[in-house]
Amino acid sequence: MELLNLIATGLQEGDDARVGELTRQAVAEKVPARQILDEGLIAGMNVIGRLFRDHEIFLPDVLLAARAMYAGLDVLKPLLVSENVPTAGKVVIGTIQGDLHDIGKNLVGIMLRGAGFDVIDLGNDVAPEKFVETATRENAQVIGMSALLTTTMTGMQRVVELLDAKGQRGRIKTIIGGAPVTAEYAREIGADAFGFDAASAVERVKELAAR
Amino acid sequence: MKPLLDRIRNGDVLLADGAMGTLLLGAGLKPGGCPESLNLDRPELLEEIARDYFNAGAEIIQTNTFGAAPLKLAAYGLAEQTEEINRSAVQTVRRAVGNKTYVCACCGPSGKLLKPYGDTEPGTIAQSFERQLRALVEAGIDAVNFETMIDLSEAEIAVKAAKAIAPDLTVVATMTFQPTRRGLFTIMGNTIAETAERLAHAGADVVGSNCGNGIELMVEIAREFRKARTMPTSIRPNAGVPQLVAGRPVYPETPEFMAAKIPDLVHAGVSIIGGCCGTSPEHIRAFRSALGSLRT
Repeated sequence: MELLNLIATGLQEGDDARVGELTRQAVAEKVPARQILDEGLIAGMNVIGRLFRDHEIFLPDVLLAARAMYAGLDVLKPLLVSENVPTAGKVVIGTIQGDLHDIGKNLVGIMLRGAGFDVIDLGNDVAPEKFVETATRENAQVIGMSALLTTTMTGMQRVVELLDAKGQRGRIKTIIGGAPVTAEYAREIGADAFGFDAASAVERVKELAAR
Repeated sequence: MKPLLDRIRNGDVLLADGAMGTLLLGAGLKPGGCPESLNLDRPELLEEIARDYFNAGAEIIQTNTFGAAPLKLAAYGLAEQTEEINRSAVQTVRRAVGNKTYVCACCGPSGKLLKPYGDTEPGTIAQSFERQLRALVEAGIDAVNFETMIDLSEAEIAVKAAKAIAPDLTVVATMTFQPTRRGLFTIMGNTIAETAERLAHAGADVVGSNCGNGIELMVEIAREFRKARTMPTSIRPNAGVPQLVAGRPVYPETPEFMAAKIPDLVHAGVSIIGGCCGTSPEHIRAFRSALGSLRT
């Protein structure tokens, strides 16, 4: 559908005003919210995700595209609720306690939302208990933790331990990422997945949410 | 002491110090704590570190002010103490080394992203750097190093601020690059060629790279800088990429391993060689030996 293609390309160009306007137009033309989301916004973010993963574009372009995506999502949100459009799942993300670096985590949040997930972003310096409490209370399927400082990574282990202690380990999955984080570390602490970069993190989360 | 820039233009290779952050963590700084508050609370520890690096042979000693711009200090409620922290940092290093080496102010990124992709105005970032710089210059520095920069636009703002406040100050600006299949880029997508060009235009005296990579990749980065533009460069590698071993970060590149590659950096035309995360006075001592053997 031409209008939805225009939304997708407008998103890729980071044109938030246009994406907002076109989304409103699509709604006015009675295009189902689900379809606008899938074929307009998610389709656009998929291209951005691929280009970013291949290092054809970088952070500024992703952030601008995200702005455009949020402009469209703001218009669609009430309709997605009233039309009972299911999300791909619910994910709680944050940068682990002691760490204030959030670019990577923000990127993952953007791409998860662009893939249709409901994302609760707890911000930086998040205590392990807070990850677990929020995920439990919100019925999230996945907790995603980010760290840039090697010394703060031990907090990730704590989250897995807490989930274990509360018997939530199977129900709430964990994925970890960040520059010093490795697949080996994920295995060592019993995390369910390791996100090498934002794009692969989204793929892993899709797998985890489907289980 | 001869002005730093004169030494560089004369073809000298200067040895700078190594890591501060990872050394402080080793000395008991709590993860998540504000390293710059140590300028007020534990200056004697910082003086010891400066002295250790000086004794190891470093000619450029940096101040513990990486996160001492008001925009960064605000996260710890310390913005009001910007002047005190920066001044104390410079005085602390001077107490350790007097005028026997160059004191270089270390300034890290603001932590904010510029509009339009972020939400911060260029003026806000400029003002933050200006405030930090005024305190540092007043306290008496020989150079400033804007390091671990990831956004070229922010680095330009920083360099211009420094030159506006102190036109004769030696300004070094170094960025952190990641290797990708398509080449070396900062996470914001800046290339080495672009970096050299734009920072030279902004007024930087020395450009280069620090952090992110071990020494081998940094040698390649040095070579790319040389290809891009003929101007002085500064390279400060990490001691490799850290691994968590039994809950503690371990940086794999030993002093010997890194020292063996120092000649490559020199042959790539680097003027300032130092160390970043994971390096120590032992590394700098090994670098000093390596440089001595080269008889540059």
